[in-house]
Amino acid sequence: MVPLSYYLILAAILFVIGVAGFLFKRNIVTIFMSVELMLNAVNLTFVSLSYSLRQLDGQIFVFFVMVVAAAEATIGLAIIITVFRNRESLNVDRIDLMKL
Amino acid sequence: MYQALFFLFAASAVGFAINLLIQRHPIHSALSLIGVMGSLASLYLMLGAEFLAVVQVIVYAGAVMVLFVFVIMLLNADKEEPSDRSKMAKYLGLPLLFLLLAMITVVIYRQFPEDAMVQFGDFPGQTAAIGRLLFRDFLLPFEVISILILIAIIGAIVLAKKEP
Amino acid sequence: MPPAVILFTLVKILLLLVVLLTAVAYAVLFERKVVARMQSRWGPTRVGPHGLLQPLADAVKLLTKEDITPSSAFRFIYTMAPLLSLVFALLAFAVIPFGPPLTLGGVDAFQVADPDIGLLFLFAVSSMGVYGITLAGWSSNSKYSLLGSLRSTAQMISYELAVGLSVIGVLLMTGSLSLRTIVDAQAGTYWGFLPRWHVFPQIVGFFCFYVGAIAETNRLPFDMPEAETELVAGYHTEYSSMKFAMFFMAEYANMVAVSCVATVLFFGGWHGPLFGPPSLQVVLPLFWFALKVFCFLFVYVWLRGTLPRFRYDQLMAFGWKFLMPVALGNVILTSFVIVAWPALSRFWS
Repeated sequence: MVPLSYYLILAAILFVIGVAGFLFKRNIVTIFMSVELMLNAVNLTFVSLSYSLRQLDGQIFVFFVMVVAAAEATIGLAIIITVFRNRESLNVDRIDLMKL
Repeated sequence: MYQALFFLFAASAVGFAINLLIQRHPIHSALSLIGVMGSLASLYLMLGAEFLAVVQVIVYAGAVMVLFVFVIMLLNADKEEPSDRSKMAKYLGLPLLFLLLAMITVVIYRQFPEDAMVQFGDFPGQTAAIGRLLFRDFLLPFEVISILILIAIIGAIVLAKKEP
Repeated sequence: MPPAVILFTLVKILLLLVVLLTAVAYAVLFERKVVARMQSRWGPTRVGPHGLLQPLADAVKLLTKEDITPSSAFRFIYTMAPLLSLVFALLAFAVIPFGPPLTLGGVDAFQVADPDIGLLFLFAVSSMGVYGITLAGWSSNSKYSLLGSLRSTAQMISYELAVGLSVIGVLLMTGSLSLRTIVDAQAGTYWGFLPRWHVFPQIVGFFCFYVGAIAETNRLPFDMPEAETELVAGYHTEYSSMKFAMFFMAEYANMVAVSCVATVLFFGGWHGPLFGPPSLQVVLPLFWFALKVFCFLFVYVWLRGTLPRFRYDQLMAFGWKFLMPVALGNVILTSFVIVAWPALSRFWS
């Protein structure tokens, strides 16, 4: 038996680590991965609240989040590939100009 | 037993997440993220969400992350170089993050009483019920999201296609 | 949980692993023998009677070889990759039911676990299996390995979709994801003589499943990742000794796993004619199951001895433009028939 709040705090810790990755990492792929980590943390919150409310709606929502994340990953990675083709770098500090 | 398992998976999730932060090579970060997702899948199992646990492994760890690893391999990404562009992020970043964590924690402790316990088997996995909900009550969002995926596929092809 | 149950479960898992690894070793010998006969050769004959001890000799050879790690390899991932491959290949057997329910000491004897989501578990394990190959190719830091693993990643992701869609027909007919329930739904006969196996109504689904599964396990005619005439040895070019053996075992374990899943989903699992005294009736289901798995393994070897390799673009086009639409059409047709069945049968009578 574990208090429900432990799950929520775990989700909060993961979310904060995701934010930290988003702020501190310089590689665009890793930044994108940090966003995925934040989404995962939110998913954990949904599942644990769905447990505590004894309702499946939360799990359905997580399912939708996963599908949207998959769509987002395909588009995001396609954009990253295009950026890399034009700038030959994955470092976000080097792709801060609007024109070549 | 349940407590030990919870702390095991929670610790591994946090450990992998921190590893994601401190690794310099993107592929090591990607592997750490897969570790986080695996630990979260186990936690979903412990919360009785069997279906979501498996979907987490199939969709997130097995498809989205394979895509990440694939792109990292394809672009032959190297170790990232540290840059000191932002002085704000360097000195103010960590304290602000801890502040954020503290705020969330306070809200959680205010909102949820200590006696709300999680026990294995209280809310068993109901894959059939999820399917029924998805195709009856949530049919419209389901259809909308399938169109979203279609758009994503077309967009990815358009973006990644080389100019002739 | 009482300690006896935990002990029995551990013993069961250990026994399964021993039987499985022996089967994997002899699957290699079986393949060499059968392919040799198809090419008018003898195959291994020197070690033991009819070469029956050849797997043992192979094991000794692989264990005593020098284990080389390329100096430019990413050491940690390089070591982890074969382990990942083998673990995920063996994990698939955790949910496969080998025989009818038989409780020994509070433990089901012929199945390690029967979760409600057994089939999805199989897909989860197979989707994780991609990592072993991908990481092996990347961490070797060699162009042949990288090319082989890039090819295989794309191939496995593409064919996973077709395999996943092809199974939905079976799910629609049984309404359950538990493998035991799926097998139980195939007991009995149609019209008194035809076994109630899913392969008869789901022949298209079975075709898609088996073709996709052969591509998933990287076997000929879809062995793009290895393609020894083009890529040296694909993703395991740089591997030697026991690490190479792990990839080899993982490949054959995957073959056995796919054969088991095909048996469970489409060929009635352990169901078959039962006869004789009660003691024989306990063993017979296991025998039927093993026989069916053996037939599938033979088809694997047969295909290898017969078909040439696909070209890479042909392979991708086949997966996306033929297999996927056919599997999708099968899903639509099956659901239509299931919905319309009551009306149709009323119309005929």
